[in-house]
Amino acid sequence: MLETIPDSVLALIGQPQYREVSEIEVEAGYIYNSCAATQNANPLFWDRAAAERITGGPIAPPSMLSAWFRPHFWRPGAAGEQKALQAHFDLKRLLELPEAIIADNEMVFGVPVRIGDRLQSAQVVRSISEPKTTRLGRGRFWVVEVNMENQLGQFVGSDSYTAFGYTRTDQAAAP
Amino acid sequence: MTSAAPSRLFGTVTEGEALPPLSHAVTATTVVLGAVASRDWRPMHHDRDFAIQRNGLRDIFLNTPSQASWMERFITDWSGPLGRLGRMKFSMKDSIFPGDTMVIDGHVLAVTATAEGFGWVDLALAIRVGERLASNCQARLALPATDADNPWLCPPESWRP
Repeated sequence: MLETIPDSVLALIGQPQYREVSEIEVEAGYIYNSCAATQNANPLFWDRAAAERITGGPIAPPSMLSAWFRPHFWRPGAAGEQKALQAHFDLKRLLELPEAIIADNEMVFGVPVRIGDRLQSAQVVRSISEPKTTRLGRGRFWVVEVNMENQLGQFVGSDSYTAFGYTRTDQAAAP
Repeated sequence: MTSAAPSRLFGTVTEGEALPPLSHAVTATTVVLGAVASRDWRPMHHDRDFAIQRNGLRDIFLNTPSQASWMERFITDWSGPLGRLGRMKFSMKDSIFPGDTMVIDGHVLAVTATAEGFGWVDLALAIRVGERLASNCQARLALPATDADNPWLCPPESWRP
């Protein structure tokens, strides 16, 4: 790993990056998948009459916010693996930290996300720590925040990740 | 499917109140279903060899969005559909693997009335596997003040979670 954070990386802190419109519209199929995966019987997601009465129409579970911004695994013309949260992967590369885990995640929910919405987002690096050693290895913590709006410009939420990028201790010790 | 699911009212909630625990036996299918539903194609959530060899873990593991969705289900099982989430914050302490039985529990940390026809309920939640703490979560939930109120109809400018 780099012992000193390059100025070019420090300059990224606080700067919105990767402004993008989600590749998919918010759609019922993934909502059913999510509710099935967690056996979530909330009638808002299964009963159209309940959704109409309570939320003015079908909505997505708030906790699915990040799902709408993950790219397809493959699409025509795309080269290499498509990754969400690109600012996070940039930091791994720029700081020469091959592994990373998400340590903390904070979501704030704004207006409900509705089926048919096309959301847009921007990513902001909020902070990068000094070097730390954990049971996983040696590396740095960083915080990347994703701010999201719907097609009307309404705030639908933010999703903030604290990640630990690291070099595995056993690999760092290898000759 | 009934559309008349009851919802908890803000005034019935007390600080310290425990939520009914939720137990689930995690399988590889649990992990993969959650990863697919959240459009998370990263291999550590479906490829056991990758999780072991690259991440140094014992198996694939439940991803963060899946944990968030399990927490949401746990909260709204208790609140009913008029409960509206304002925020959630997770700290992942340890991974949840196939073969684990995860138990979600929690209690009410604080209640705060508003003038908007709902009140805020702050919850402290955890996912445990046996004695092992896997994740902590703090969540803020809006509950209706009366049967006639609905937090989902709060105007955006008054929604400040």
